[in-house]
Amino acid sequence: MKIEGKRALWKDYQKAIADDHYFYVRSCVRQTFFPGAEKAFIEIMKNRLGKDLYEEPIHTTCTGIAYHSDIVPLETTMTVVARQFALMTETGYENLAVSCVTSFGVYSEVLETWHHFPETEEKTREMLWKATRREFKKPANVAHASDIIYKFRDQIAAQAVYPLINRETGKPLRVVEHIGCHYAKMFPHKGVGGAEYPYVLVGMIESWGGEVVDYPERRHCCGFGFRQYLIQANRGYTFSNTKKKFDSMAPYKPDMIITNCPGCPLFLDRGQYAIAELEGITYGENGYGIPVLTFEEVAGLVLGYDPWDLGLQFHQVAVEPLLDKMGIPYDPAMKYAGPGGKFIGSPELPETLKC
Amino acid sequence: MQVRAESSSEALNCRKHLNADILLMHTRKHIVVIGGGVAGMESAIHLCDMGYEVTLVEKQDQLGGHVLKWDFLFPDHRPAYEITNELCPSVEEKANIKLQTEVKNIVKQNGHFEVALSDGEILTADALLVATGFDLFDAHKKEEYGYGIYDNVITAAELEERFQNKIPIRTAAGKKPARVGFVHCVGSRDEKVGNEYCSKVCCVTAVKQAMRVKESLPGCEVFCFYMDLRMFGRYFEDLYREAQEKWGVQFIRGRLSEAAEDIDHRIIVKVEDTLAGRPLRMAVDLLVLLTGFVPSEGTKRMAAMLNLPLGNDRFIKPSDEHLRRNLTPVPGVFVTGASSGPRSISESISDARAAALEIAAWFNHQTQHAVK
Amino acid sequence: MNWQFALHPDHTINLDHNNRSLAQLLEEKEPTSRICMACGSCGGTCTAGQFEPISFRHILLMVRRGETESVRSELTKCMYCGKCTLVCPRGVNTRHILALLRTMLIN
Repeated sequence: MKIEGKRALWKDYQKAIADDHYFYVRSCVRQTFFPGAEKAFIEIMKNRLGKDLYEEPIHTTCTGIAYHSDIVPLETTMTVVARQFALMTETGYENLAVSCVTSFGVYSEVLETWHHFPETEEKTREMLWKATRREFKKPANVAHASDIIYKFRDQIAAQAVYPLINRETGKPLRVVEHIGCHYAKMFPHKGVGGAEYPYVLVGMIESWGGEVVDYPERRHCCGFGFRQYLIQANRGYTFSNTKKKFDSMAPYKPDMIITNCPGCPLFLDRGQYAIAELEGITYGENGYGIPVLTFEEVAGLVLGYDPWDLGLQFHQVAVEPLLDKMGIPYDPAMKYAGPGGKFIGSPELPETLKC
Repeated sequence: MQVRAESSSEALNCRKHLNADILLMHTRKHIVVIGGGVAGMESAIHLCDMGYEVTLVEKQDQLGGHVLKWDFLFPDHRPAYEITNELCPSVEEKANIKLQTEVKNIVKQNGHFEVALSDGEILTADALLVATGFDLFDAHKKEEYGYGIYDNVITAAELEERFQNKIPIRTAAGKKPARVGFVHCVGSRDEKVGNEYCSKVCCVTAVKQAMRVKESLPGCEVFCFYMDLRMFGRYFEDLYREAQEKWGVQFIRGRLSEAAEDIDHRIIVKVEDTLAGRPLRMAVDLLVLLTGFVPSEGTKRMAAMLNLPLGNDRFIKPSDEHLRRNLTPVPGVFVTGASSGPRSISESISDARAAALEIAAWFNHQTQHAVK
Repeated sequence: MNWQFALHPDHTINLDHNNRSLAQLLEEKEPTSRICMACGSCGGTCTAGQFEPISFRHILLMVRRGETESVRSELTKCMYCGKCTLVCPRGVNTRHILALLRTMLIN
């Protein structure tokens, strides 16, 4: 593989990413399933990078899940998005920092629709006024949170305590990077590096010392797709796609997977459990799985935060083998300790997947 | 009107077929042919034979254009060098050749064209013939095919070069491929890269090359991934049948969606087998991209310089698609070869002869009117 | 634990996994099986095909892709009327191929 070929392509897909004063909008899935991730992002942005990042307490979901499941019509989504923009305008911000990739897709899609069909924007303004008496300005810049971490990856590298290196062998960790579909597949020019060979996570991995693993099903969707997973009977469809990715990356023996979408790690992580129990296949070493982390969690580990503060105990696939490889110290006794160090109970272990 | 009296004896020596009427009617006109590929050369030869003075301007250091890089031609597998071996010496003998020279500027005044060349010379021409031809589509632009990224993705032109230099067909690692895939329509019939037109000759080229690969590597499986098979010319259907019947080339109707590289550097091909109605995937050891035609840099420059209209495929648009294929709306400016659209070598040669005739007819018409 | 769902089988035609030995045997016994151009003249005229899911074009295609299981049932619909052989513009000996496949797959 000729990396220069990819670098030439990446040059064609550069995007403007604001460098400060962000209005942060959270992700439904990330908050719920990876609670430490957004906390880490806010902590890193404010205290490690010295940025102004504001989170409005009364902001809401972007309605992405509902929109993509055909539960709410596009007009509703547009109005809710408009309300988010209104809150941003009212608090004096114009740069949107979006936690979720689906949200990023929703905001991009809504703004593009308004651009090409100005009557829809007008209608949305009308509806927002009627519903909330709010008005809004469109954001000057819409960046995904991973774009922002990508932008400051070298500053993070400069403060790195645990680079992405295998301390036992001295070699860079082999990292699979997985991008959420709505990051670049809808609008390739809104993703760093485009849709074919996205660069946003590659840049982070390279900057933090890791080695990127390219594998045939790199572009393939993890299978999340709202419609499938919402209904239990359809989840086989989701996990069939997840399995396709794992089967493709397995020969490369990656040490970890890093993602920028909140839904993808949910399925890449939990999916390994489902596939192990349904099919008896595991993809990590010795019956373990391949650890799946969000980019905020990886940034947090690299900067030396405690893994349990980052919420890694909530992952299905055990992260301890990875922590050991990276030389990150952790206290196993504190894994399931709540506030004040009190044991909060540990999950039942799967039969096939070693955790 | 200029009469080049000093060369009238040369004119007599030059001509093969004397036509007394032509001899009487015209004074020695000068035509500048821009582009020394097969079309430029062929038209220059015929114009000289008709008694005109021709200067042929070519930007490379040799005549011949793209044909120099082909090994053997469809439909009869004849060696490409036979074409250039006939045309090049003939035109070199008859016309003024300027190699490694480009046209910098053209000014029309007093019914002539003042053609400023890159070597500083300024030619005065009574007519111009644009024969600047095509370039091949840059396969890097199809990101999802991995050209320039995966080691075992090459273009048809690169494969042809291997044929020409007798280089054995091997993967990047030097192994004999067990499977070779040919991808039709790369950079053609594709809105995403801005080329919605069909480049015409790629399908028959793929079939031609597929058979040659089978011939060189009898144990190799060869697959062609196509949307339609444009076997437009004489004997082309026979080639298709021969490829299947004699050589066992397999044709899968489905356009390449994406190519990826596996851990062994094989190329994983994803297409829909449209005739089966299901997606199909397979690993090939070498993937050959049939890149289409785009108007060459020279064609784009000349069209802009001379204000020639372009079709929506960005090739030069002649005055009439049926009756005046070599004329342009600009009097005295003619066009031939692939600069006015994708065409095969034999078609370019025929078109070049037509262009020579059109130029002669135009001069005759002018002379008649002048006489009147 | 009852998952209430199962993983889906792969729907793709995988030419790396499929066994195409049947197609190769067919080529040896009936070389015209190579020259089908998938025009569909056979399927359009097929007697049985007017009422049942059978098309010679489809059968030959699937066999050549190594998807033999999917044609077992289709093959049984053929009435051996010979209309497909009559109309084939490439001269594929369709009737012979159908008979061969029947022997190889069903009998």
